[in-house]
Amino acid sequence: MLNFIWCFIVIFSVICSIFTGKADDLSKAFTDSTADAMTLLITLAGIIGLWSGLMKIAERSGLNALLAKLFAPLLHRLFPRLDREGAAFEAITMNISANLLGLGNTATPLGLRAMKELHALHGGEEASDEMVLFVVMNTASLQLMPTTLAALRQSSGSAAPFEILVPVWLSSAGALAVALTIAVTGNRLRERKRRRL
Amino acid sequence: MSLIMPAFAAVILIYGLIKRVPVFDTFLEGAREGFLTLWQIAPTILGLLFAVSLLRTGGATEVLCRLLSPVAQAVGFPAEVVPMAMLRPVSGSGATALLLSVFRDCGPDSFAGRVASVLAGSSETTFFAVTMYFGSVGIRNVRHTLLAAIAADLTAMVLSAVTTRLFLG
Repeated sequence: MLNFIWCFIVIFSVICSIFTGKADDLSKAFTDSTADAMTLLITLAGIIGLWSGLMKIAERSGLNALLAKLFAPLLHRLFPRLDREGAAFEAITMNISANLLGLGNTATPLGLRAMKELHALHGGEEASDEMVLFVVMNTASLQLMPTTLAALRQSSGSAAPFEILVPVWLSSAGALAVALTIAVTGNRLRERKRRRL
Repeated sequence: MSLIMPAFAAVILIYGLIKRVPVFDTFLEGAREGFLTLWQIAPTILGLLFAVSLLRTGGATEVLCRLLSPVAQAVGFPAEVVPMAMLRPVSGSGATALLLSVFRDCGPDSFAGRVASVLAGSSETTFFAVTMYFGSVGIRNVRHTLLAAIAADLTAMVLSAVTTRLFLG
């Protein structure tokens, strides 16, 4: 995908510069932009390293497991057919709470484990109702504290890196609500069809 | 609002101390992982920042914005953020690079910079997640997953502009 997009951007820019008469600026960008990218990476390294370190402490201290316990009742309503003590449900709650904390590196392996457990319950090559719900939740952004985002904003010179917090929450909640509504409606429609048969 | 980041850091440290985590060692371990992640996405950032800067300096951005702005304006979405919105479901590091280029061109506290931030915080790399999770257990028929996920992406796009306008003027 990026192969095509990247080539398109570069070739399109070169052609455009011929027509807009900005070919000189464009060729200057070859050196300027790469130097800029390196400066940026160095600026980013500090703040990203800092938050990765702090979030590692959050993870190690069990903040993730604590949050998983808090959200278990809510998640049980979304996955009523799963055993609350089962491995699939546990992996799901842990994955969701890792996502809430923004622990991407932790969330992914937990998510893969949840899919494996869900597949063991269902089998086949078709997604089960629970799988659809679970993956859909993972395609919506659930993060409570977007620390990397705030770090990117701060290192780009933002005066208030966290000012976007409330809009981010509302926008994520809206997107999640739409995704869950479609997922649950799809599951119910399938159920109804099955009953009729 | 400026207290959020320090307070969050303090809560993490206090909870870590209560749970008797070797706080500083763990911090070092995490920071090392953070550098590694950044090191891994560095080539993507270099490649895309280079490409986007060609777009800008060669005058192509103006051409694209002129083409896209009627559509984007209809939903109140800043044209500068359209490229990022399009890349977001496909590539996380690519979207990060484009987010940074919006910050550079318009500033992180401009309307476009804020909308880009909110969108980055409220959407995910949809196609990557769907492919990875279903692919890992050999599911071929994903049923209505993609429909729901794409609807969520579009909702996040519209809402990022709406909520930014509502809360940050």
